[in-house]
Amino acid sequence: MSAVLPISESANVEELASATPPGPRRLRHAPWMEAAFEHLTRLFALLVFSLLAAILVSLVLGSRLSLEKYGLGFLASAAWDPVQEDFGALVPIYGTLATSLIAMLIGIPVSFGIALFLTELAPAWLKRPLGTAIELLAAIPSIIYGMWGLFVFTPIFQAHLQPALVDSLGSIPGLGALFEGPPLGIGMLTAGLILSIMVIPFITAVMRDVFELVPPLLKESAYGLGATTWEVVWRVVLPYTKVGVIGGVMLGLGRALGETMAVTFVIGNAHQLAVSLMAPGNSIASALANEFTEAVGDLYFSALIELGLILFLITTIVLALSKLLLMQLARREGART
Amino acid sequence: MDRQQETLKMLRRLMSAAALAAASAATPALAADLTGAGATFPYPIYAKWADAYRKETGVGLNYQSIGSGGGIKQINARTVDFGASDMPLKPEELDKSGLLQFPTVIGGDVPVVNLKGVAPGQLKLTGEALADIYLGKVKRWNDPAIANLNPGLNLPATAISVVHRSDGSGTTFIWTNYLSKVSAEWKSKVGEGTSVNWPTGVGGKGNEGVASYVQRIAGSIGYVEYAYVKQNKMAYALVRNREGQFVAPNAEAFQAAAAGADWQKAPAMYLILTDAPGKNAWPIAGATFILMRKTQDKPQNAREVLKFFSWAYSKGDAMAEQLDYVPMPDKVVDLIQASWKRQLKDGSGKPIYAN
Amino acid sequence: MNARYRARKAVNGLMLAVSTLALAFGLFWLVWILGTLLYEGGYALLQATLYYRMTPPPGEDGGLANAIAGSAVLVVMATVIGTPVGILAGTYLAEYGKQSRLASATRFLNDVLLSAPSIVIGLFIYSVYVAQVRHFSGWAGALALALIVVPVVVRTTDDMLRLVPNSLREAAVALGCPTWKMVLRVSYRAARSGIVTGALLAVARISGETAPLLFTALNNQFWSLDLNRPMSNLPTVIFQFAMSPYEDWHRLAWGGAALITLTVLALNIIARLAFRKD
Repeated sequence: MSAVLPISESANVEELASATPPGPRRLRHAPWMEAAFEHLTRLFALLVFSLLAAILVSLVLGSRLSLEKYGLGFLASAAWDPVQEDFGALVPIYGTLATSLIAMLIGIPVSFGIALFLTELAPAWLKRPLGTAIELLAAIPSIIYGMWGLFVFTPIFQAHLQPALVDSLGSIPGLGALFEGPPLGIGMLTAGLILSIMVIPFITAVMRDVFELVPPLLKESAYGLGATTWEVVWRVVLPYTKVGVIGGVMLGLGRALGETMAVTFVIGNAHQLAVSLMAPGNSIASALANEFTEAVGDLYFSALIELGLILFLITTIVLALSKLLLMQLARREGART
Repeated sequence: MDRQQETLKMLRRLMSAAALAAASAATPALAADLTGAGATFPYPIYAKWADAYRKETGVGLNYQSIGSGGGIKQINARTVDFGASDMPLKPEELDKSGLLQFPTVIGGDVPVVNLKGVAPGQLKLTGEALADIYLGKVKRWNDPAIANLNPGLNLPATAISVVHRSDGSGTTFIWTNYLSKVSAEWKSKVGEGTSVNWPTGVGGKGNEGVASYVQRIAGSIGYVEYAYVKQNKMAYALVRNREGQFVAPNAEAFQAAAAGADWQKAPAMYLILTDAPGKNAWPIAGATFILMRKTQDKPQNAREVLKFFSWAYSKGDAMAEQLDYVPMPDKVVDLIQASWKRQLKDGSGKPIYAN
Repeated sequence: MNARYRARKAVNGLMLAVSTLALAFGLFWLVWILGTLLYEGGYALLQATLYYRMTPPPGEDGGLANAIAGSAVLVVMATVIGTPVGILAGTYLAEYGKQSRLASATRFLNDVLLSAPSIVIGLFIYSVYVAQVRHFSGWAGALALALIVVPVVVRTTDDMLRLVPNSLREAAVALGCPTWKMVLRVSYRAARSGIVTGALLAVARISGETAPLLFTALNNQFWSLDLNRPMSNLPTVIFQFAMSPYEDWHRLAWGGAALITLTVLALNIIARLAFRKD
């Protein structure tokens, strides 16, 4: 870039460059601006670069006490007794993973269906309003999901859907264990269900984007051979975009893992390991939201911050995977053209 | 090109709006002068007092409910003029951090149930029975432990769904403190605290969460603050107190619990009103506390805070009752003000409270 | 052959029907949630007092004026702090760093930051700012929200600038234009609407955030626009009022919830329209 510097000092060329868009004059003769601007932008990039490290350091410092006391055993201990000051992360980790898994099980097929509808089926004039409507699901603040979940959704879920689930699925041997217990309305299944609504817009958006990447030529040839719409999507579009779709799923998973307010209201917040999805559980984020403000005692506080640290690391890993997969797709894309 | 010019204009407008906001922020507005933070339980009454006090004196006091633990942490970190906690600090903890505490209003926990055909005040319970229910030992409503207390009631054989608070709270502290006092097993297995390791049940977020679960789950039992019972007309249970009387939760019963307590002898006002003596005393009562630093680096602020609470003690009783809180008895207020005189000093050691 | 064809047609029809159902499933929740908000909060929204009265103690009339104003100030300040940082950092990534190691690493870390739980960000600002200066303040809240704005803006700026055709840049440089000027005059100009969209989306995102404000801006019962003092804000007020036993506070909470959601939805739609025209 520096090679162009000397030329730019020539007034003649300078005029040419600024001739088309008339702009402020003072931007003219300033060779030092070149370096200054680059350094300025680099400074802010470094700021962003170090921000995450700073957050990580502050979390590690905050959880020092609990890290020293429990070590890796923290991850495997199901204890959570603020009175005796004995803490472990197993229950909230399990709850976080279980609710996110439910959210994915429901969210992925639904998102795929929506993406399919929007890219292949919807008439052009409907695409945008419908797509926007789905994306608006992501714009509703999570505290609203929480309030709505507690006051509106759980009563209906408890009275109508849950008993039906317990009756129909609860008696299947093996699988039934997941659907046992009294219908409380709240619990891991409810939390997972609400999470699934919240991740739909994220997964759908990525799926739509990558579906659009498929070269029309490929699809046209399949159609030309007499394939149905479904066959084109299932046999051509999906294999072509597989990696990107997985990346989108990971992005949604990252969202689900870290969601706080919505889950807190409906998960039931019990520090107990339960097989049944109807049972109340706890997630890392909701444990933080519930207990952080009232935690008295340094070790208790420190254990909560360590929970925050674990959540941070889990989301980082999931996002890293998502990013790597999406990058792989992009690279393949590059090789093809 | 037009489009781009437009967006640029929009950006400029945004910037000028921001500058405007910044400018208006710089001008001294009518703002809160004092900041307090902590317990969620007294938040409505502090907000009401602060509103009335500002109309009368022009001094704004901004109280925010961030939780008792937060209140204790914030007063230690000196980010607020006073902290608030539903759980009194032990005298040695107060000494260690150089804090003074005093109670402001009384409230209490009330067991509420959802049983078909059982109206408010019909069900009678004892502390032992409550402890056994919350330990998961008494599992059905027709268990002899409950049925023997309620010979006239037709109790169903349905399972008891236990509901407790999920978030750490002073309400839970009072509840578990009471259960620890009346049940040795509870004390050794679970203990007391703002959050404990519950042996059974589901957790609702906040009083609101517990109240809505209890109203919805048939056969459930929960505990909520008195104000929620009154506002939501929930089916409360009578509880047997120390003198063997079954009492209903109401203002008189709470005041009886406070009156029976011996604040004079309690070191540093460390007094929990559960299982209090007195024929009419509600057994699961508790006061909520204010925490202040004994040595004030901002004596002016401390003086204003004390003025506010003196005002609240003398003029705020009716407002408290309106919101279903129970004001402190006058003789306790005298004790509190004496402790202010004795213990609160500014940097040079001069007492802050003079009246 | 014919049977097989019919089977393929049937599978196709079934799958397309299922995909239509999936769309209906998604829209169903949107309609339900928005319907609840309008039903519970619509009446409060139409009351003029909501917009000029202060948050009341229970049992008295009031509105959310201080919370609305406080939220507006916090969001504007967070945007003013966060957007330039994000745009400059994004510019470095797209125009200078490109595929360098620093740029790739920053891009990755930024994406992690984008999904970091917001309560953690509140904690971070609490420990590095509030605990140091020893008081809660609007500035702390604005900073916490700005930390949420930055990654969104970095990401969109980077993406949008990279979409600018290189031929435009080459043309400018060939004319002897220095890089910085090329960025300001060519790249920014071409990517402007995308960058503005990113900023608007960031504003929409922070408008509803509760968790990062709990330990930073705190809240304020009274009218105050002083950024050095605790500042009222809608999400915290909604949270506190919804959890109270008092009927009139619940009504205000639902009104606030409806207001905040409609605002955020409107911002989203505006952002999309702004982007579409190009």
